[in-house]
Amino acid sequence: MSVIVRLPSQLRALVGGAGEVPVDAATVRDAIIAVDVAYPGIAFRVLDDRGALRRFVNVFVADEDVRFLDGLDTKLESGQTVSLVPAVAGG
Amino acid sequence: MSFATGLLCRECGTAYPGEARYSCDVCFGPLEVSYDLEGARGKVTRASIESGPNSIWRYAALLPDPGDEPVDLGAGWTPLRRATRLGDILGLRELWLKDDTRNPTGSFKDRVVSVALSSARRLGFTTAACASTGNLATSVAAHAAFIGWPSVTLIPDDLEKSKIAMTAIFGGTVLGVKGNYDDVNRLCVELVAEHPDWAFANVNLRPYYAEGSKTLAFEICEQLGWRTPDQVVVPIASGSQFTKVAKGFHQFIDLGLVEGGAPVLFGAQAQGCSPVATAFADGADVVTPQRPNTIARSLAIGNPADGPYVLDELRANGGDCGSVSDEEILECIGLLAESEGIFAETAGGVTIASLRQMIGRGTIDPTKSVVAIISGHGLKTLDAIVDTATVSSTIGPSLADAEDALRFHQVATSAS
Repeated sequence: MSVIVRLPSQLRALVGGAGEVPVDAATVRDAIIAVDVAYPGIAFRVLDDRGALRRFVNVFVADEDVRFLDGLDTKLESGQTVSLVPAVAGG
Repeated sequence: MSFATGLLCRECGTAYPGEARYSCDVCFGPLEVSYDLEGARGKVTRASIESGPNSIWRYAALLPDPGDEPVDLGAGWTPLRRATRLGDILGLRELWLKDDTRNPTGSFKDRVVSVALSSARRLGFTTAACASTGNLATSVAAHAAFIGWPSVTLIPDDLEKSKIAMTAIFGGTVLGVKGNYDDVNRLCVELVAEHPDWAFANVNLRPYYAEGSKTLAFEICEQLGWRTPDQVVVPIASGSQFTKVAKGFHQFIDLGLVEGGAPVLFGAQAQGCSPVATAFADGADVVTPQRPNTIARSLAIGNPADGPYVLDELRANGGDCGSVSDEEILECIGLLAESEGIFAETAGGVTIASLRQMIGRGTIDPTKSVVAIISGHGLKTLDAIVDTATVSSTIGPSLADAEDALRFHQVATSAS
C-alpha cells in the first residue's frame, strides 16, 4: 500500500527537510518503521522503548486520531496520509 | 528583571535557550520555562511585588522576560472575594471566589496572552495567532489590536455567537473551522510549520503563554495576606491552567513568600467532555481522547495536552476531579449569580457544580478554606441562558398592571 507520512517541523531535518515521505505500508506501525528504514532515527522519536506511541505524539490517519481507531495497528488504504503531530493544546 | 533562564523539557529534561520553541526535539515532550529561584531568593520579596503595577506584571520577576516593555492591556489583579452566602449554601466554612471575569476581555486568557505576546515581541514576531475555543481568540485579537499587530485566530465555526463577535470586532482575521477544537488545534500545529514567523500563542509560544496562569496562584496568595489556601478548584480544558496554578503555588512556597503549604488542587470538567475526570476515576495514567458534546465550549478539549500532568498533580496531593451535566452547569451559573452577584460563563458553572459535587462525596473538606476560580464572564455565553433568564412578566405601562405582577411574583405587599 502506497501511503504518505506527513512529518512535523521537528522531524524534517532528519529527512532532509521534506514535509512528506511516501512509503509502502499496511499499518500505521509499518509506516513509521518504513520511514525509519529510509531515514534512521524517526522511530526513536515517535515510539517509546516499548514500541508504543510516545505520550506527546498524536497520529492521524485521514484526519482521524488513531487513538479512536486501532492505534498503531490501524490499517491503511492506498493513498492515505498518516500525519505525525506533536500534542499541544490551548483553549 | 526576570529570573527566567530558558526552556526545559518536562519529559526528558533536555534544556534549550529562551527562544521560540514549543516541543522537545528529542521526545516531543512539552517545554516549560525554567527559573533561577536561588538567584531570586531574597530579591523577589513581598515589598518588591507590592510596589509593582496592578496587573500580572507585578510578578514580572517570576514570568518570562517581556523585553523592553510588556504587552499590558491590564490583565490580572482581579478581585478575590469572600463568598459567605454561596459558602453557606454549599456548607463551606471559608469560600473565596477568584473573579477572573474582571479581565480586559472577560476571561483569564488575558493573563496568558499578555505573557505570550510580550515574549513574541521580544523574539521578533510581528503577527499574533492562536487555536481557540473562543476566549483565547478574543484575547489574542484584542492584545494584537492594542499593539498594532495583525492577528489570525482559528476557532470551531459553530462557537457561541457572542464569542465570535467579541473576537471579530478587533479587526483581525477570524477563521471558523468546520470541526471541533481538537481539529482546530491540529490544523494550527500544521500551520506553524508553514508560517514559522507567526506567533501562535498556544502553539509555538506555548511555554511562555502557559506561565501566565501562575499569576492566578500568586494573586490568590497575596490577596489572602501572603498565605496559601487549603484547597483550590480549577476548571480543566487542556490542563495548562491547572498545572501552572500548581507551579505558581510551589514557586511562592520555595521563595518563602507565603505562610502555609501547597494547597490541594481539584479539577472541574463537564460530563460532555471529561477526559481527565474519566482517567482519574479509572486510575489510568494516560488520558483517552473524547469527542466533546457540552455547553461548556471553553472547556471542550477532548484531547488535553497537559492531561497526564494534571493526573500526576491530582494524585500526588489527594485531589479529585468533578464531572457535571449541562443541567447542573446552568443551575450553578444561576446559583453563583443569585448568591454572589457574579455572572460567569459556562466554565464558571462547571467550577461551582464540580465544587458542590466534590463536597457531596467528601473529597473537599468543608472545614478548610476553598478558592474557586471563575475563569470567564457570562456575557460570553449568553446563548446558554437567554431562553431561561428572561423577564418575569410583560405588563402594560400602568400602575395596576405593575402591582398585579408584583403580587404575582410575591415582591410587594402594599403600595400605601
